Parts: sequence; structure tokens; C-alpha cells
Amino acid sequence: MANNAASNGAASPAINGKAYPIEDHTYDVVVVGAGGAGLRAVVGCSEAGLKTACITKVFPTRSHTVAAQGGIAAALGNMGEDDWRWHMYDTVKGADWLGDQDAIEYLCRNAPDAVYELEHWGVPFSRREDGKIYQRPFGGMTTHYGKGTAQRTCAAADRTGHAMLHTMYGQALRHSAEFFIEFFAIDLIMDADGRCRGVVALKLDDGTLHRFRAQTTILATGGYGRAYFSCTSAHTCTGDGGGMVLRAGLPMQDMEFVQFHPTGIYGSGCLITEGSRGEGGYLVNSEGERFMERYAPSAKDLASRDVVSRAMTIEIREGRGVGPKKDHIFLHLDHLDPKVLHERLPGISESARIFANVDVTREPIPIIPTVHYNMGGIPTNYHGEVVIKKNGDDNYAVPGLMALGEAGCVSVHGANRLGSNSLIDLVVFGRGAAHRCAEKLTPNDKQPELPKDSADLALSRLDHFRHASGGTPTAAIRAKMQHVMQTNCAVFRTGEVLEEGKKKIHAVFEEMPDIHVTDRSLIWNTDLVETLELDNLMSQALVTMESAANRQESRGAHAREDFPNRDDVNWMKHSLVYLDTKTGKVSTDYRPVHTYTMTNDVSYIEPKARVY
Amino acid sequence: MVQFTLPKNSKITQGKTWPKQDGAAKETEFRVYRFNPDDAENPRIDTYYVDRSQCGPMVLDALIWIKNNIDPTLTFRRSCREGVCGSCAMNIDGTNTLACTKAIDDNKEPVKIYPLPHQPVVKDLVPDLTNFYAQYAFIEPWLHTVSPTPQGEWKQSKEDREKLDGLYECILCACCSTSCPSYWWNSDRYLGPAALLQANRWISDSRDEATGERLDSLEDPFRLYRCHTIMNCTKACPKGLNPAKAIAAIKKRMVDRQI
Repeated sequence: MANNAASNGAASPAINGKAYPIEDHTYDVVVVGAGGAGLRAVVGCSEAGLKTACITKVFPTRSHTVAAQGGIAAALGNMGEDDWRWHMYDTVKGADWLGDQDAIEYLCRNAPDAVYELEHWGVPFSRREDGKIYQRPFGGMTTHYGKGTAQRTCAAADRTGHAMLHTMYGQALRHSAEFFIEFFAIDLIMDADGRCRGVVALKLDDGTLHRFRAQTTILATGGYGRAYFSCTSAHTCTGDGGGMVLRAGLPMQDMEFVQFHPTGIYGSGCLITEGSRGEGGYLVNSEGERFMERYAPSAKDLASRDVVSRAMTIEIREGRGVGPKKDHIFLHLDHLDPKVLHERLPGISESARIFANVDVTREPIPIIPTVHYNMGGIPTNYHGEVVIKKNGDDNYAVPGLMALGEAGCVSVHGANRLGSNSLIDLVVFGRGAAHRCAEKLTPNDKQPELPKDSADLALSRLDHFRHASGGTPTAAIRAKMQHVMQTNCAVFRTGEVLEEGKKKIHAVFEEMPDIHVTDRSLIWNTDLVETLELDNLMSQALVTMESAANRQESRGAHAREDFPNRDDVNWMKHSLVYLDTKTGKVSTDYRPVHTYTMTNDVSYIEPKARVY
Repeated sequence: MVQFTLPKNSKITQGKTWPKQDGAAKETEFRVYRFNPDDAENPRIDTYYVDRSQCGPMVLDALIWIKNNIDPTLTFRRSCREGVCGSCAMNIDGTNTLACTKAIDDNKEPVKIYPLPHQPVVKDLVPDLTNFYAQYAFIEPWLHTVSPTPQGEWKQSKEDREKLDGLYECILCACCSTSCPSYWWNSDRYLGPAALLQANRWISDSRDEATGERLDSLEDPFRLYRCHTIMNCTKACPKGLNPAKAIAAIKKRMVDRQI
């Protein structure tokens, strides 16, 4: 790593009377994040001969992709007839027509190749008798444009994300990509022309600052599930890329769309895969009724996640929840063959035992809709390039900046993501971004000097929080933020609750100047890192609440009781939000949904009622 | 040469006892290893009392509760909190395990928490795992093939796929390697149970075409054969895997190929 340092130890301007040494690095591509999308991009860029660095705050195999369970969708047709166009139809419908159909076409038609590639790299997929990859049914996945049930989701038992992440890390090792592990990215470097020039990161184990100059910076930092009190997301899902983008004055898109997974374990929030329903599991209320039959007569328990989460919430609200407080629902797997549970659902059997003290072969699992995924993110096109509105162009690509995975919003998931579409999103667009870099960049191309103030933003924030000595610890402010989001921006929303939520979340934001960081060290200072993460979460909590209050319709995961219908005339558009990070003021704008496909191989899918 | 004095910073001193919470009905005592790299002080053991009515059931919940409510400087790794990422491996009540899946009530009180043993400590419960990761990279954890890659998938029978069960699930938490006395003594040359389990995962994969080369690279008095079947690895594995068996399988292959 040291040989990349151009100017070891060059001191930055003194802040608070003390200079932070900065080490400089130059790469063709810098990827921030080592989850599925980040690693796929790293491998692709390395293969293309680009000098690539990957900055990650956790060791790659600890990234949250590791927790993905059920599988990865691709129309391989191993279990019966299938077609990528059917996959596309399902995704468009799942997205409640807020997805960009050119990007959805790109996703679905490239999905099979991306899965075969993973298999060639060694992912231990579950198999059929004939040796082909096993595929299971998943929510919202159909054949013949909604008529039959598709078996499209490729799985490695219920540890698909783990198997993929470990395999992709192996590939990255094979290509000798350069990793900067346990480095926390603080801020982007933007120049006066609006081009992204790299990123500044803090090395956790010695507290040194590192300035990465790159032709292209790829943000693959994941979602911000930890803005909520109860989520399936890891502690590290703090939306660091989104925070950096908002501070750089760039917008985020469709932030009101937060997916609640129907089956988080009651209490701990740990995920129970939708694959458990794909393998035959079903939900019951306190009357022992399989209530999904009422809400989704044809797909039943395998309706789309937003539909199932709403149905569960209604059941609980109407007094048919289970448990002493009647505040959750049961998931039954006990009727399934123990051999099937052992072979295909071993991981969740273990989770249920550890976190709910339940033997899945005998008892139901207590579950509750739990925050799981952010459909919104940094707006991009299907090459992964970050797009904004500029000079009358709705799709102006910001030079030098890309975003992938849950951090991004290519908008393939629109208003609601289908299960098993996120893993395929990671690899298809991670691969696409690498192709784009290979096509656009010259390896070792000379890069202009960085602007003089390139590290100022990052340094000032680092220094500010490191010496923050107000009256409220980070954990206290974080808990308040999580509580407001959980209470005021949940499965069902009303204008009144959201307006109150806006006031409350701004009030929490106002407390940020009073934050107190106890640990003053620069070595593995998790108190400081959690504070920087809270700053990222807070900015996204603000824009999420504001976007939700702003959108006056119900679409996908955004269910407004005061506006119960989808309104294609006024609201079939992406919300864009900008944040003034000093004042917390949010401004809103819109981008049109792409109502066209990428090629003529498939035609635009016209909006219609979304019934499962 | 035999070293008669303990290395620097080995002796652990009595640390601070943090005050109990007012009005806590049920408290559990935790004794936690602390090491601050910024001063030259020896490590110490701090005592904390955790109010169980405010805290989740797992040891990780307790550590997070301490960090949030008593001492924000307490430092440890954590991420998924459901036993799949491997971040929060540490020594709890004398056993290497994951804090997130270890119930507080399954330990003797006071609950004693130390970093993974025999690794350099960066700070508090954070060990430096650089060598452990390098050993993982050494076994080349990717599929080696020479046959032309098919258009679709490589075929693998259900039976062949089953041979990977118990191997591919490893989360690289390092609980096994850092519980192994052979590894404690020879971690510079012995690959340790985690890396060897992974080696066997690729050796056992019917799609892999480099079994011979993989075995060659392990045919060494230290890399593989420092395993003396102590079985601490298998006892420690929080995922219920059996690294000792995987190592035995590699040794068996070594013998088989000589016949």
C-alpha cells in the first residue's frame, strides 16, 4: 500500500491547532464499499487493467451482502420455462411502475450471464438432480406475465449472499485488487466543475488520513437501514455514500420508499428469508387463519413484500395479532419435511432457534414487518453513472462518480423491490459499471492536481466531531432519530403523522451541534466513527421523512392512508431531494420515470392496476 | 531462544469499576479487557453492571448497552448481529465465540470478555487479524479450472454439492484458529484450522481442477501437519463446523495419493 503514496506525511492546514498528516494515493478507479456490488466492480475494473482500489470500513466478507439469504433472481429456466421478459414484467409490476424500464431491461436480460459467471467463480449453488442450479419460487416472481408461478431464484441453501460474497472476495484476491480494509470514507472530493475527483478516508487502526485521487469513484456503500429502530440491516448499514453525496450538494432519489420485510424475527429483527415462504411456509394470525388468501387471492403468501407487510399490519391493528400483546404474526414451517428444512433452510432454522428459541420443525416463528431495504438512493443510469438534472437535461451524468447497489437508485426497484432482485442488481450493475469504466477510462491516465481545498470538508468534519463536547452522547441522539423514523415513517403513513415526523426529525437534527464524543483517540475510535455514521444517517432520515410527506399518493412501499390510490397522472415521477446539511433544509424536485426500454426486443409495459 | 519474561503489555492490571445504574432491578456483572494503544499502560479489566431490563439477551447486546449508556470508549467490532458476518468474535467466559449469538445467561457471572487470544491487540476487544487473512488468501480461495468454461453452469450433482456442506458456511471469524495451541505457537508457519477448512472446501469441490496443486502447497511439515488433533477448533466453532475433520480429510488425501 505504501508504494502508492505520492506524498507521505504532507501536512494539511492546521485545524484546532493540530495538523492531520495526509497520505496521498492515485488510482484509475476507487470503489468505496466491499459488498456484492463493490466487489463485483473491483473485480471487473481489475480485469480490465485499471488500477483499482477498494476502500471498506469492514473486512470485505463482513459486508451486509453476507446476510442475504434467499437467493438471486435470473431467468435461467432450470425449473421450467422462463423468459427474461417475464422477469422484467414482474420487476416493473413489483416496482409499481416507478422503475426505469430501460434499466430493468438491462437487469433482467443480463441476469442469467451474471449468475453463470458467479457459478464459474465457484459459488456453491444448490443443485437439481441433473446437476443444474436449483431455483425456488419467490414473492412476485411469475411466468407468462403474471399467470403462473416462476421458480427463478437461484440459491445456495439460505446462505446465498454469504456464498456470493466469499466467492467474489476470492476473485478479488485472484486479481490482486488493492484493498484498504478498515478505512472509513469521510467525504468526496468534488472540484469547481462539479467533477468527482476522489475521496478522503480515515484509516481506523492508526488514525491517518488518506486522500484517494481517481478518474472514477464508485460508491457501493449500501443502505441506511439503521436510521430506523428495528431493521434487518447490520449495524454498519449507515448510508455513508448517501451522506457524502448529500454533503456534496447532489440529490438523492425516491427516498420515501423504504421496504419492510414481512418476516423479521419479533424482538431481534433478524431476517427470516422470503425463501421460507417460497419453500411452502405460510403466515397465520391469532385465529389460525392463513390471512394472505384474503389479501392476495392468487399469490397468497408469495405476494410482493409491501403487500404482505401491509396485510400483516392490518391484521395486527384489527386485533388478530399473536402473542400476549397481540402485536406480531406467526410464520409456519413446521408442516415442511424436516429434510427440506435441513437442506434448503438451515440458516434460518438456526436463527429461529437462537433468536426466538423456536424449533422450526415443531413451532411457528414469531415475526413482524421489519425495515429491510432502501429502494431510494443516489440516482444513476444503468451504467452506474450518477445522474442529476442540469441545464435542462434530466439525465446529466456527473463526471467521475458512480453509485451501485443499495446505495444507488438505478431505479430497477422503483417503489418496491422484489425479493432476490437485490443480489442480481449488485452483480449486474457492478459488472456494468466495470464495463463502463473499461470503455471510458485509459489505464494510468494522467490526472490533474487536486484542488487545494480537496480535504477541507472531510478534515473539518472529522475534527469537529472528534472534539465535539456538547451535552448529548451520540447514542442518545441516534436513539431519538431511530424512534422518530420508526413511529412516524412506518408501513402506513398519513399526512398528519408525517408532518409531525418532519417536526420531530428536524428537532433531533437540531440537537446535532450538542453532540458529545467521549473517545478522543485516533486509533480505532468507534465512538467517532459511530458519530460520523450518525451524521450520514441523520441526513438520510431527514430527506426520507420529507420525501414521504411530499408524495401524495400510495405506490409500492409508500402507503398513504390519506391518499390510498396510485396517481399516475401527478406522481409517476421520481422524487429528487437536496439537503442543506448546515440548516437541515430539504428541497424537492422531480425526474421523469424512463417510460421506454433499452432495446426493441421488448416493449414498454403500460401501467395497470397492481393485483397479486 | 526461550523467552523468560512476558512480552510488553502482557500483564493485566485491575481496571475501573464503573458505577451501577440507579434503580436497576436485575444486573449482570461484566469484566471486560481494555487496552488503550495511546498510552503505554498495561491492559486492564474494567467492571460494568448491565441493567438487564434495558438490554437484549445476547453478550453483544450487553456490550452495545455498555457503549451506549456507560462508556462510549469501549471498542469492539460488530456488524450483522445475527452470526453471519463474523465481526464480533471474542473470548467470552473462556471460550472463543460470537458475542451476537452467545446468550448472556449461558455464561458464569461475572461474564469475562477478552479479545481473541494470541493475536496482537489493536485496542480493547479488537485484534489484528492481518496474518489470519493472509493465510486465507494463501489457500487461493477461488475455483481453479483448466477445461473450457461452459456457456451455462458447470454441472454438479446433488451428491457432489453435498460434499461442500459443513465447509462453505465458514464465516472467517477466527474463533477456531485462535483457540488452537499449535496455532498459538506456530501461526507464522502453520495455516491454522480456518484456512485449512477453506482449503478443503476447494479441494472437495467437484468443479475444481487443481486438487493436486492444492495438496502440493499444503505438503509441508508446518502448513498442514502442525495440526495435532487437539480439536479445540471444532469445539470453538460458533457455526457448528468441524475444521478438525476437514484437516483429517486433507491428511487422508495426502496419504491416499501416495499409494
